[in-house]
Amino acid sequence: MTTDSTTLGDGAVRAAADLVAGLPPTAAVWCTGLRKRYGRHQAVDGVSLQVARGEVLGLLGPNGAGKTTVIKMLLGLVRPDAGEVMLLGRPAGDPRARVRVGYLPELFRYQPWLTATEVLALHVRLAGVRVPTAEQRECLALVGLADHAAGRSADRVGGFSKGMQQRLGLAVALVARPEFVVLDEPTSALDPLGRVDVRDLVLALKARGVAVLLNSHLIGEVERVCDRVVILDRGRVAAAGTLAELLGQREVRLELTAVPPAAQARLAAAGVVDTAGDWVTVALPADDDGTAVPDLVADLVALGVRVHAVEPGRISLEERLLGILRTGAEEPL
Amino acid sequence: MTARVVLAFAGLTLREAARRRVLRALAVLTLALLGLSAWGFSRLTATNDFGTLTSGEARLVASQLLNLVMFGLSLIAALGTAFLAGPTLSGEVESGIALSVLARPVRRSTVLLGKWLGLVAFGAGFIVVAGLSLCLVVRLTVDYWPPQPAGALALLAAQTVVLLTLGLLLSTVISPMASGVVAVGLFGATWIAGVVGGIGEALGNDGVARVGTISRVLLPTDGLWRGAMHAFQDPSVLTQLGPAFDGFPFLSEAPLTPTYLAWAALWVAMVWGLAAVSFVRRDL
Repeated sequence: MTTDSTTLGDGAVRAAADLVAGLPPTAAVWCTGLRKRYGRHQAVDGVSLQVARGEVLGLLGPNGAGKTTVIKMLLGLVRPDAGEVMLLGRPAGDPRARVRVGYLPELFRYQPWLTATEVLALHVRLAGVRVPTAEQRECLALVGLADHAAGRSADRVGGFSKGMQQRLGLAVALVARPEFVVLDEPTSALDPLGRVDVRDLVLALKARGVAVLLNSHLIGEVERVCDRVVILDRGRVAAAGTLAELLGQREVRLELTAVPPAAQARLAAAGVVDTAGDWVTVALPADDDGTAVPDLVADLVALGVRVHAVEPGRISLEERLLGILRTGAEEPL
Repeated sequence: MTARVVLAFAGLTLREAARRRVLRALAVLTLALLGLSAWGFSRLTATNDFGTLTSGEARLVASQLLNLVMFGLSLIAALGTAFLAGPTLSGEVESGIALSVLARPVRRSTVLLGKWLGLVAFGAGFIVVAGLSLCLVVRLTVDYWPPQPAGALALLAAQTVVLLTLGLLLSTVISPMASGVVAVGLFGATWIAGVVGGIGEALGNDGVARVGTISRVLLPTDGLWRGAMHAFQDPSVLTQLGPAFDGFPFLSEAPLTPTYLAWAALWVAMVWGLAAVSFVRRDL
């Protein structure tokens, strides 16, 4: 009897363990209802978002939208007035939640009296993670600082240019083998070449399954590397979704002459029409299965319209962002 | 984990002091003080007047001179540590250095403890080395050795600890420069209040005397300094000088009571606690 119940107990424990192991891993970061007020200014007003493991999330929005404040609340640097944050499966108030987190702040400065190598060694020590010196050196080489950190003639960080300090910041964010990396304006001080490096770096992190939260004003950068985007406006989430969801709307530009009223009606039936001279832009419905454009062109030709050009187009993230922010601004407060 | 972080920050603070040339500036100031005292004392003994003094009178003068130069030393230490304690927190918060450091798995109170320990080691180390050198200069030039050098230097070090803890608390709420200025200003004000209180005692005016007592309770720097002076000065000084010298700022009439020492320790603990609460609650 005892043996049976023990066997049953073991089985139950094993089943429970299997169940837990089978559960999807907790999100890299999850927050709900975050609020923060500075004096009379409501900087963040009920923000909820999530970054899944291995996902790259872009955070977009105009200046003062509350992006950096949200990031600081996720990392426990700013105390939220309300809301909850779970960081790598632990409450953000627990310092252990940050063991596998790398962070490049928007306002980046590193101890000017240390060398780049010493800054990395300090952060490895504070993270409590064992990272061999060779790996730390590789990390500096990855961001292009190997020449400034080698040997006894290593430069002090105080003598670094802003761009070099930002590169060092990237190395600091990556050195302690993070599972979640937060990059707040990582390319603000970098030249175009440096920006490409950062893009490659984020893609490499994504390939390794590291989750990334990227706050950037460079929409093109976000569009190229992010799986999902959250758009903040005046402290609130104005829109969120995958790029396909946000940019799902496609359009087609047509150069037409001899357009009879019947053809005008046909165009209007296809989607929202915008006319500029002979050029007509039609925004296509999101649920288009690929037949809308050929059908439209065939019908127009049948109606006697002369079709000179057909250019399929995609609404860019920039246009979408501006559209969302403008619509948001028209909403009653 | 916590001990490792505390040691890392204590080491970092010491390294900052060394690399930012605070150490060099303090060394230059101290060498100037040592040099000037040695030169002054040797001139003093070379003059006939000093030679005609009785041995008792000579000890008396030497003991007073030691108190005077030690006051100079305590001023240097106060300025050095207060201006070192200020930038270490608020400066790092203002510049953004604190952001990447505090996003690591560390508690802010642990960071504060590490920085405080580093500053204590720096301040106390400076007092011991420089103070001992000054005692040796006095010994070589006017042949005077204080009765309790270890106790006196420990009290001077304690005075520095009090001031740097205050600087640390101030730096969690106000800008780096302001915290240094306020800490040094309060240090000076307490010393003056102590002198005023001493004059009050000499004149038998309880109201004025209370100024010194209250200021010594509010900020124990002056109280600890008076304890240190008492341990530096020759025990016979008080009986020899008599009531005419009551209230003289470089003369201490009584050693510190254990109660006062306990209060000073409690004061440091309380101010450190306030600094920790203020730093933990601060938004970066």
